[in-house]
Amino acid sequence: MKARYSLVVVGAGPAGMAAARCAAAHGVDVALLDEQERPGGQIYRSVDDSPLSDPSLLGSDYLYGRQHVAEFRNADIDYFPGTTVWNLDRNRDVSVLVDGKSRGLGADRIVIATGAQERPMPVPGWQLPGVMTAGAGQILLKSAAIVPPDDVVLAGSGPLLLLMASQYLKAGVGIQAILDTTPRSNRPGAVRHLIGALESASYLAKGMGLIASIRQSRVPVYKEVTALNAHGDEVLEAVRFNSRGRDHELPTGTLMLHIGVIPQVHLAMAADCEVRWDEAQLCWRPGLDQWLCSTVPGIGIAGDGAGIVGARASQLQGRLAGLQCVYELGALTRDQRDLKAVAIRKTLDKHLAIRPFLDSMYRPSPEFLTPVDDTMVCRCEEVSAGEIREIARLGCQGPNQAKAFSRCGMGPCQGRQCGSTVAALIAEVQGRKISDVGYYRVRPPVKPITLGQMGNS
Amino acid sequence: MFRTLTTVRRNLIRFTLDGQFHQAPAGISVAAALLTAVRFSRRSVVSGRGRGPYCMMGTCFDCLVCIDGEPNQQACMVTLREGMNIETQTGIRDLDTGTTADMD
Repeated sequence: MKARYSLVVVGAGPAGMAAARCAAAHGVDVALLDEQERPGGQIYRSVDDSPLSDPSLLGSDYLYGRQHVAEFRNADIDYFPGTTVWNLDRNRDVSVLVDGKSRGLGADRIVIATGAQERPMPVPGWQLPGVMTAGAGQILLKSAAIVPPDDVVLAGSGPLLLLMASQYLKAGVGIQAILDTTPRSNRPGAVRHLIGALESASYLAKGMGLIASIRQSRVPVYKEVTALNAHGDEVLEAVRFNSRGRDHELPTGTLMLHIGVIPQVHLAMAADCEVRWDEAQLCWRPGLDQWLCSTVPGIGIAGDGAGIVGARASQLQGRLAGLQCVYELGALTRDQRDLKAVAIRKTLDKHLAIRPFLDSMYRPSPEFLTPVDDTMVCRCEEVSAGEIREIARLGCQGPNQAKAFSRCGMGPCQGRQCGSTVAALIAEVQGRKISDVGYYRVRPPVKPITLGQMGNS
Repeated sequence: MFRTLTTVRRNLIRFTLDGQFHQAPAGISVAAALLTAVRFSRRSVVSGRGRGPYCMMGTCFDCLVCIDGEPNQQACMVTLREGMNIETQTGIRDLDTGTTADMD
């Protein structure tokens, strides 16, 4: 690893790989840092080293990643897997942790491509062993060929949950039930976006195919699920819920939750990039111009980390961010950049046309945004929704002050699992907007690092 | 318990979990291996209740374990290796010894 690069890209998912490839193809000196051992991000986990004898059960969109990863590996890029970025500042100084040792590197340009994380789905009992995210289940299938016991219950809403169910069925996993928490009231709003979504007809076709395959499998699907909670003494033993007015209880040892994904913005926030509340996607996302430049000079943000767009759109955004870096570094003229971007933007628009439909169709139920009092909101420090509501009533002004009141957000996950919920609860109690309540102040290190590791540089 | 698909294309390797021998396919994460062996892999530093892997992608820190004597390792971010000694964690890390101690 050199002390300085023209471009440093963080994250080896579709956006990061594309940004790095684009820059390298124009002769830019580029390093790509990624926390995982292999390229591909979460979406293409293990795509070039699948433990599955038949990876095609994961679907053609997954297999598409093979070519992308192969081209990335062949490009002239200094690729550093197993490298955790623990800080980035507004002067583009990067701090990384490799093999237990910390070191720094500088960059003329940065592209942050840290992708998405699962939107926290706090329900009573979600901290019990046996409850995990659907994304976790998918990572286990892709990277380890490991599947849950045949009594698994999938609960939540959104395309990934349907995809997950279909992949499990193809892998021979017996799904006990699917609990669909999509509110019926989402439909009229979603239908209004259906015409626009026809631009992304392949997504609609794929979604309908998934729904048909699940219907064919005869796995019980409970609709309009509310009052979802996980029960157990030491580990998960049962899931209780209401579906269309009737109470149900299913005994199970494994519950997989999913209500969409949200951008991972901690690294961007550490670098002082401005983030804004997005009411359509119900998440914080960085403020960007049409070239994906953040509010901090020299730092671009592409892919799901900039707002949820999906894998293919992320790849296209990565190319745009890459082109912009090449232009800013002087290897392309403005006209050359603009010309190359025309076709990319045209394809990107096609992939983005589905988003307003998906965002409104699968908008999470308020039950999961502001959960009932006995739900553990901060999993690390074990702070309940009731405690957050209580400190909000006492006049706590926002998530940062909530830390001092309750320690919420001060555990090892640094607020990644509770930040959005804490803000929503304070907003609910005080009748304010989430954009006004705000988010945690993100400070370095953005990933936990020991003093020994920091000193061992 | 989670299971490995019978068609998996990997050799099995051995590791110990709290002194007991287990086997899992090479190349998978420590957290994936844990899920095939135990129902939970640490106790919360606050309440002492059981916790297990939740996100599998490094964001939740619920899969922290002690690996070859080094505590607070994210099991989902470490690749399982032959002969690894993994210990479940109870309580917080002890500053002097680097090992974890009981809470009370």
